[in-house]
Amino acid sequence: MPDATGLELIAHELRESEGDEAVRETSFFRGRGAIEIAPERIRAVLAHLRERGFAFLASVHGVDYYPHEPRLGVHYELLDMARVDRITVKLRVPTDAPEVASVTADIPADAPGGPQRGWLTADHQEREIYDMFGVVFQGHPDLRRILMPEDYEGHPQRRDFPVGGEPVAFTYNERDALGPM
Amino acid sequence: MEVKREPLGPAAGLGAHVDPDALRVRSLNAHQLLRGADMQGANQPAHLKGTELDRYVEERILTTTLDKTVAWARSNSFFPLAFGLACCAMEQFHAAGPRMDIARFGFEAFRASPRQADLIILAGRVSIKMAPIIRRLYDQMLEPKWAISMGACCSSMGVFNNYALVPADKFMPIDVHVPGCPPRPEALMHGVLKLRKMVQDDPDMGWRERYDAHGTEEVIEAGEPDDATAAAVNVVGGQPYAKDTAGA
Repeated sequence: MPDATGLELIAHELRESEGDEAVRETSFFRGRGAIEIAPERIRAVLAHLRERGFAFLASVHGVDYYPHEPRLGVHYELLDMARVDRITVKLRVPTDAPEVASVTADIPADAPGGPQRGWLTADHQEREIYDMFGVVFQGHPDLRRILMPEDYEGHPQRRDFPVGGEPVAFTYNERDALGPM
Repeated sequence: MEVKREPLGPAAGLGAHVDPDALRVRSLNAHQLLRGADMQGANQPAHLKGTELDRYVEERILTTTLDKTVAWARSNSFFPLAFGLACCAMEQFHAAGPRMDIARFGFEAFRASPRQADLIILAGRVSIKMAPIIRRLYDQMLEPKWAISMGACCSSMGVFNNYALVPADKFMPIDVHVPGCPPRPEALMHGVLKLRKMVQDDPDMGWRERYDAHGTEEVIEAGEPDDATAAAVNVVGGQPYAKDTAGA
């Protein structure tokens, strides 16, 4: 882990290279350093951290901060395998425009921000976050549902999604619970 | 060493010193009685009359109906589908293991293909995405077929009663629900034996009527089967899928 000072140094580096608005907040809690960034800068920030040694994207998480706004969050857990060092990059997007740039695909040299290598491991994890939270990852090569059926409506891990479930069918309410058979 | 074979029974003329109650003698006697052979010697049915003859026959002959015999055979030789969905499957394996030993009752032939199975044990939770696949497996199984819903999840969804799961009763007929989370192997055995009793009493238990499931039989049309028909493994309204899609 970077200690609290190391985290501030990394945040400072990011502000220098990507601009002041790129880093919104840093937090150091229970030994875990996290940087909250502006969602539109995710590719640049991850590229910078990769240069710095955090070359392994361990996982991508979705979060719903309901009732706080902006509600949806995406967490990127980065690992520096040489120094055994971890850092979390967080971003927040609102539910009415839940759009983040995908980090899966490579950015070609002639595109803005390129050339940049993608993080292939993010492919399925971004699909899962799209499935469960409805975050749209722009530029993802194959953004489909991964866990729920293709025709499923809604994003079930959002906090305002009803827990759902079925009424339990016992003999006395079999017809009501299961419908006409 | 010389092996001496001695014929038994009256045919060998040994009636006097052969124990008339020995099992072999009794079976030979019953056999000859059935063939109408006229037997000589003491304690032979040819000399029995009236109630004594009735008793003699009752002791040796069992009559039943063909249906009951078939149900008896079926109920003692379920071929379960080797199929596990979640943690309950561990208990299901254990029921086949040496401690519970499902083979004592003749149910140990777990089949890897639904075409060879007539009992499906839904051991675990059924997700919405898995349900059509399970229904397809069930439709492919041999008739008559039975289903056991094992554990809380696929009966009432238990602790996973949320957006992702569906109760098994919603998409297929279940004959026996085994409660528990997960049920112990003894409980599964109890459920299977309950099912055995049900099958012995009433082979199909009228489930098509109970579930209004007419038309779900797998029907392969008579005549020369083309490849599409032969490959049709699922049915809707008695028609193979291939038939529907060919017209559309």
